[in-house]
Amino acid sequence: MNKNINTLSQGANTTKETSQLRTLITSISRYKPALFGGIILGLLIFVAIFAPLVSPFDPNLQFPTEARVAPLTYLAESDRFVLLGTDQVGRDQLSRIMYASRVTLMVSFFAVIISCLLGTLVGLLAGYYRGWFDIIAMRWVDISLAFPFELLALSIVAVTGPSLTIVIIVLSLRIWVVYARVVRGSTLSIREKDYINGAKAVGAGEVRILTRYVLPNVLTPVLVVSTLYIGRMILIESSLSFLGIGVPATTPTWGGILGDGRAYIDTAWWIAFFPGLAIMITVLSVNLLGDWLRDYFDPKIDI
Amino acid sequence: MLIGITAVCFIVLHLTGDPAALLLPENATEEDYATIRSTMGFDRPLYIQFFDYMKNAFSMDFGHSFQQNQPAFNIVIERLPATIELAIVAFSIALLIAIPVGMISALKRGSKTDIAATFSALLGQSMPNFWLGLILIFFFSLYLDLFPTSGRISFGILEDAKTKFYMLEGLFTLNFSLFSDAFMHALLPSITVGLYSSAKLTRLVRSSMLEVLSEDYVRTARAKGLSSFTVIGYHAFKNASIPLVTLGGIELGLLLGGTVVTETVFAWPGVGLLTVQALQTDDFPVIQASVFLLAFIFVFVNLAVDILYAFLDPRIRFS
Repeated sequence: MNKNINTLSQGANTTKETSQLRTLITSISRYKPALFGGIILGLLIFVAIFAPLVSPFDPNLQFPTEARVAPLTYLAESDRFVLLGTDQVGRDQLSRIMYASRVTLMVSFFAVIISCLLGTLVGLLAGYYRGWFDIIAMRWVDISLAFPFELLALSIVAVTGPSLTIVIIVLSLRIWVVYARVVRGSTLSIREKDYINGAKAVGAGEVRILTRYVLPNVLTPVLVVSTLYIGRMILIESSLSFLGIGVPATTPTWGGILGDGRAYIDTAWWIAFFPGLAIMITVLSVNLLGDWLRDYFDPKIDI
Repeated sequence: MLIGITAVCFIVLHLTGDPAALLLPENATEEDYATIRSTMGFDRPLYIQFFDYMKNAFSMDFGHSFQQNQPAFNIVIERLPATIELAIVAFSIALLIAIPVGMISALKRGSKTDIAATFSALLGQSMPNFWLGLILIFFFSLYLDLFPTSGRISFGILEDAKTKFYMLEGLFTLNFSLFSDAFMHALLPSITVGLYSSAKLTRLVRSSMLEVLSEDYVRTARAKGLSSFTVIGYHAFKNASIPLVTLGGIELGLLLGGTVVTETVFAWPGVGLLTVQALQTDDFPVIQASVFLLAFIFVFVNLAVDILYAFLDPRIRFS
């Protein structure tokens, strides 16, 4: 009997979740820009994961005799059709841009995970317990949000030397405070809710209250922040690579290719143009998606 | 806040290891190391170095540059006018675009103009500014040959200038060739920086105008029969401008400290470019001095914004 009730309630839950998902899908298909953003982003993730399969050529194969060839050219010597031209040492631009998307996605993915975990933890604790921890944490958040952090990031990267890990750490240092602030704000209102008092009354421990009652309710703003800030992370990462102090030059990155192409802007504009276009389209897609998510869940979220 | 930033700078820069190693050639002997450590004070305990450093920071003494034998702070101060000039021109461009566009799109909410403006703002926020800078250089400087590609001023005109604020000096001394030359140099980098800020500010102007337009006092003003120009320009805009001052202040602070990338693209000889060059040559005193100075300016601008509030909104009082 008991088992039956369980199955029943589970069944009800699943239907509820499916219908929520359905509303979400209906909403995104009505809002065309977000749909566009979603499709582009999906395509990008696909290209990044399967770069070795979909890229037409080896991104590191050099043909010095065929350097700086314009887009849409057939190269007889190496039997290649170069859609986006070749770079200063004759490498295929399209393949390099495809491979570079891996770095961008990896950096933003890990930076989001790290800053999300850290920020949510600090935000939960600060909002739930208040007191001195809250004061110190929020003071730090205010300072970080107001300071031109890029400059400090530059000094950290320059001092430790360029590496993928450092770029991820620097970005996380910048973004985690946003999570902390948003999560703290939500926690402050949730802790006054009746169901929290109810949980306390039936003797739930603090860890249980925080993880089972508060945490699920702050996940929506966390999701929105993640989408809205991925775009900014991609921009910061590419400017660090552009300045030559981001991801090491041996790995192709959009910012790095653009930085190299800068010297040839007068003779071969396509080297610098296409990676920049890739950055812009990616960031725009993420932003369109983020704007829609914010409007969908809660237009009043303060970010 | 300043103390915090200065301390962080010190800690980060000493994580690298031995600063003496940076000053000496690779084949230096142990004796060379010992001499340089004692003259530069690297051999003292770290906490003493730290207190000394903090004490010096507040008397604006960051030591001598490793690369040029001059006090680091002077080198940075010399570059400051260029950065200020760029930030101010860029900020003006941002406001000139953001205020009218934001207001029009709030007044014609939902129209094609509004959609186009909102989308352009989003596009502006998604564009990497070094890319925009390069496109502008390619199109306007190389292809159309309208503007110089880099720098602040042409060589022949440089000798006329007595101060480092070329544009301001040209304007006040009525030296037209100086002003126009400096302006032509500054225009492309300012647009590069300004477009990004204007995207942010446009969205803000639009949303705060929308909020204010639905307030009772705007309706009252309209009911009194005031012209729509007075209603929008005075009643609505004055109230909508409070959030604009906040974000605008932060934005100006960020512009003063955050034009590193644009300065690099246009070879604009400001503090940002200096910092990048110092980073590439491990010139720690210069890095510390410039980060300190930019942080200082930033705090100062924020203070000015707080004071400006009281003028705009008399309800805000300082306790």
